[in-house]
Amino acid sequence: MADVIVGVVVFPGSNCDHDTEYAAGSFDGVKPVMLWHNEHDLKGAKAIILPGGFSYGDYLRAGSIARFSPIMQEVIEFARKGFPVLGICNGFQVLLESGLLEGALSRNRDKKFLCCQTNIRPVNCKTIFTGQYKEDDVLSIPIAHGEGNYFAPSEVIESLEEHNQIVFKYTDALGEVTEEANPNGSLKNIAGIINRQGNVLGLMPHPERASEKLLGSLDGRPLFQSLYHHIAGV
Amino acid sequence: MPYTAKIKVTLRQSILDVQGKAVEHALKNLGYGTVESARIGKYIEVTINEADSLQAERIANEISQKLLSNPVMENYSFELEHVK
Repeated sequence: MADVIVGVVVFPGSNCDHDTEYAAGSFDGVKPVMLWHNEHDLKGAKAIILPGGFSYGDYLRAGSIARFSPIMQEVIEFARKGFPVLGICNGFQVLLESGLLEGALSRNRDKKFLCCQTNIRPVNCKTIFTGQYKEDDVLSIPIAHGEGNYFAPSEVIESLEEHNQIVFKYTDALGEVTEEANPNGSLKNIAGIINRQGNVLGLMPHPERASEKLLGSLDGRPLFQSLYHHIAGV
Repeated sequence: MPYTAKIKVTLRQSILDVQGKAVEHALKNLGYGTVESARIGKYIEVTINEADSLQAERIANEISQKLLSNPVMENYSFELEHVK
């Protein structure tokens, strides 16, 4: 059987692209391909990942300029057709700017750029990205961002809750959703959300940085595995 | 003759402006007891080569909505100035 192709988009300023390529490609039967921002060709990809970093230097607003890059026009089309798109950190910011996900990410509550390990819980394990998790799993996955404070108007939050679109929440080590466990001020401790159709996920934590024993955590790996199972029909 | 759109983008009041807060605290620490608050926004000058002011205004509105501001958390306003 031919390898399934996963596209990893590379913007000028992306800096987690190769980590993401490594993590997504660590399953037999997956072949990651890099997609340069100026291209229009998705190269046969069955899923697209927008990696972390500082696309276009985060100028204007994080993700705002990347959203209009040539490759994003194809990615938006691809997502609207129902194919899986995953945005990690800056990739999440790009998805929000694109309108593929609802809400926005503003400066962290305590003004700091945060680079640390966090605990998150997959509060919806029925998605194509989280099928390999259990809802009481408490994951240790790092964050690294200055603008990860999730905000949306109250009617959007209500709708996200009603349709089970909140997928990851920041928690304490026991899996409790507490104010102290909220690193950046995100409403409802939101660390990741999915669109209504269930094919576009964005999250601030970096699963690709928790996909190798040497890095101290393997908790990000099931996310890539879930996606792989979905696209390969395993 | 072109127009210059002087565009201001500000965070909505409901959004915590952490940069503004830091500046506000610094000003208070400097002894400016009457300073009540500070908020930080962006100022963008865009030269638009349109002869008609209505057309220039339409473009300034469009680019402010499409790219220069994020309506989820920001407001914008602008002034148009005729370049002589």
